Amino acid sequence: MSDQDKTVEELDVVTIRFAGDSGDGMQLTGTQFTDNTAIFGNDLSTLPDYPAEIRAPAGSLAGVSSFQLQFSNQTIHTPGDDLDVLVAMNPAALKVHLPDLQENGMVLVNTANFSKKNLKLAGYEESPLEDSTFDNYRLIEVDMTKLVATALEDLVLSPKLKARSTNMFALGLLYWLYERDMDSSITFITKKFAKKPEIIEANVKALKTGYFYGETIEAIKTTYRVPKAEFAKGTYRNIMGNHAAALGLVAAAEKSGLDLFYGGYPITPASDILHYLSNYKNFGIKTFQAEDEISGVCSAIGAAFAGNLAVTASSGPGIALKGEALGLAVMTELPLVVVNVQRGGPSTGLPTKTEQSDLFQAMYGRNGECPMVVVAPATPLDCFNVTFEACKIALEHMIPVMVLSDGYVANGSEPWMVPSAADLPQIKVTKTTDPENFMPYSHAEGTVARPWAVPGTPGLEHRIGGLEKEDQTGNVNYDPENHHYMNLHRQNKVDAIANYIPEAKPYGDDSGELLVLGWGGTHGAIRSSVERAQNAGHSVSHLHLRHINPFPKNLGEVLGNYKKVLIPELNLGQLSTMIRAKFLVDAQGLNKVAGKPFTTTEVYNKILQMVKG
Amino acid sequence: MTEVIEKTLTRKDFVSDQEVRWCPGCGDYAILAAVQKVFPELGVKKENFLIVSGIGCSSRFPYYMDTYGFHSIHGRAPAFASGAKLANPDLSVWIITGDGDAMSIGGNHFIHVLRRNLDVNILMFNNRIYGLTKGQYSPTSELGKVTKSTPMGSLDYPFNPPSLALGSGATFVARTIDRESKHLSSIVKESHAHRGGSFVEIYQNCNIFNDRAFANMTDKETKMETQLVLEEDQPMIFGKDKDKGIVLIGSQLSVIELGDDRNVDDVLVHNSGDKNMARLLSAMTYNGDLPTPIGVLYKEERATYDDMMKAQLKSALDAKGPGDLDALIKGSNTWTV
Repeated sequence: MSDQDKTVEELDVVTIRFAGDSGDGMQLTGTQFTDNTAIFGNDLSTLPDYPAEIRAPAGSLAGVSSFQLQFSNQTIHTPGDDLDVLVAMNPAALKVHLPDLQENGMVLVNTANFSKKNLKLAGYEESPLEDSTFDNYRLIEVDMTKLVATALEDLVLSPKLKARSTNMFALGLLYWLYERDMDSSITFITKKFAKKPEIIEANVKALKTGYFYGETIEAIKTTYRVPKAEFAKGTYRNIMGNHAAALGLVAAAEKSGLDLFYGGYPITPASDILHYLSNYKNFGIKTFQAEDEISGVCSAIGAAFAGNLAVTASSGPGIALKGEALGLAVMTELPLVVVNVQRGGPSTGLPTKTEQSDLFQAMYGRNGECPMVVVAPATPLDCFNVTFEACKIALEHMIPVMVLSDGYVANGSEPWMVPSAADLPQIKVTKTTDPENFMPYSHAEGTVARPWAVPGTPGLEHRIGGLEKEDQTGNVNYDPENHHYMNLHRQNKVDAIANYIPEAKPYGDDSGELLVLGWGGTHGAIRSSVERAQNAGHSVSHLHLRHINPFPKNLGEVLGNYKKVLIPELNLGQLSTMIRAKFLVDAQGLNKVAGKPFTTTEVYNKILQMVKG
Repeated sequence: MTEVIEKTLTRKDFVSDQEVRWCPGCGDYAILAAVQKVFPELGVKKENFLIVSGIGCSSRFPYYMDTYGFHSIHGRAPAFASGAKLANPDLSVWIITGDGDAMSIGGNHFIHVLRRNLDVNILMFNNRIYGLTKGQYSPTSELGKVTKSTPMGSLDYPFNPPSLALGSGATFVARTIDRESKHLSSIVKESHAHRGGSFVEIYQNCNIFNDRAFANMTDKETKMETQLVLEEDQPMIFGKDKDKGIVLIGSQLSVIELGDDRNVDDVLVHNSGDKNMARLLSAMTYNGDLPTPIGVLYKEERATYDDMMKAQLKSALDAKGPGDLDALIKGSNTWTV
């Protein structure tokens, strides 16, 4: 076949998903395609989805791991709903993900893994390759494993090791399909396996074999090109949420002139923050892998008392364990940043899946009247901004702050126009040194911050703790009036932060038929559906809350400017409850607790129902 | 020109303005007095002392000391202390805890802070009872202890705190008694002098809920028979007439009478660097024959967690140079529009 027989079609937006067994390297394949896409210049959004088990039984439905990516020549906000292309490395992956493939979509299968045993494990009575399963799809059958084995014939490697490069074949084939070059992955492989030249050779060969296979076969007559997106001028990188969060913490340490102390305990999906930070020791960052979640937060509070920028991160079950210590942080009015990368609950729940069901835990999950500042990142790159701001609030107001991230933003990625360090705001830290009239529990006007008098400072020796404090002196005090006053004070301390954060500004018209109110990781699905509704002529605006405690000062007023309010949340209505209680607004919820993000269609349909209803 | 005069610290510098609220007659008073007496002698600047406690009677201790203090939450003092010490390694960090706080709710932090050999001092007031909650048995109460929560006697075997500390990897393990003020002071000093995780068990009388728990160790008439005072390089002899000694028979410690056929040369000589011997000594408790040892059971120099962390930070700095925030934010894969 000559090159002339093939055509290149231009597309605006594409959604692809790599799916296979946990050991098939689908996360790596997806990340590689993502990096390549980012460097090529598309806008993109990703959704990794993997099981909680490290290696569930091979070939089983439970063991399927996938990586979804939407890329476009326009601005996009989500990893996409329906798939244009599905790569299925085994029958289980096909079974789980085929329902998401759109009609006439392309499915690439590695036929080598379609053994009787694997078909049975996936619950197929008959091989789907031989019945009508694919009537409405474009099926491309490739024995990837065999092709790779043949290509690597001359290499002195075990067949098992050779088979491990099969994912690179799939990647190469997709690069060809979307008119990409392979440079970014060749560089990556060369660097990653620098000490194992034979592994480099195997992977690069497999990658190229996949690419050239596309050129050679006749099954695929059309390749696709998604032109570059228009970005504002600047320097970009691709960034994952947890990585952005870690960078935000480092930046805050630099801008506050403090050492960063991180105390934490490994937990999915928050551990990556610990991993990243422990690689930045040349920034003077101290990471302490504690014996448990409690020790993680307690060590951070101890470091805060001693004058460091102190951080801990965890997920729901770990936050539950930290609850008592968080109460102490509130009582002792120390700067502390707590990142909760939310996952499916309750209990151990769905460790690797996303959810927004810890909002009440963040707001109310401690004994006593124990208000904490709560902020939430909306997208992967926003994790940088929000953790940075959380540190700024914690340090400038001497208060613990909870960051409510979630598995979706933490593991998702998107292009990020990197800020320059010089443009980031300074964080004003004042450590008290003057013993004259020193009162540990005196409070500054405005910020309501108490003095930070760190051990080692002469003349400021004082004691703090969890027993109720006397205003000003900080001495233990059981007086009823003082206790009532201090409870009001702690609430006031949170409320006062509303004077330091921006007012709410909806996307779209300032008033109208419907306001869609969201928070955290649902931003992309809400923004996409609101844009679609606006383009269809509906009066719909979007307000996304970064600050949940306190709310922006004008929130009540903004809510009153719309006839209806819709609050989509990946929980059973936690923000809705708060909004209804505080503002007496008849907000409607769109609620899903399935361990999965909203699709744009789900939110869009609800919007239509509300504007038409 | 002003001349800076280095102020000599005295006991008074460590007395806070807070009224001490322990029950009259509590053993905690003696420990407080000893610590207030010893601190000025340690050569540490007053502002560099940090006392961290958990919850319980003993944990009110920081309020009565005019140093930096943190009265934290139940059982977690070692975790707060770890963070503070790592944030500022110049601090002299003291953990004040009790048998319930350290051995029960805080057991995990206790073993791990010692395992890491973080340079902190743990003073555990052991009164073998829960005092602040008014008299339930504790993890160091003897089996069969009758208390409010165990009217028919407790069913749990007690912990042996020095054995637990040794098993956790503590590099300094000692025991002393509230009533032995001189011994107590010297042990507190030795604990401070040791670089690494120090554990000091202090037998402390709770005269309200478990009075005379250690009476046979403190009463004049009996203590010479029940106490073995360990002194470095000295033979392990005890008894009113110094007529008994400890020997090793097989793998067991035993008591011999010193007299015509056995003399002091036959008795074991205390070497606090001998870990195997420390294990045997820590397990030895007065049983009518064998005495209970007090003093430094074990001591070992080993790299501390805080020193190793400092070294890692330095080697990262040497290898990579000072952190460049812009470079870090950019990473290695950027493109420009």
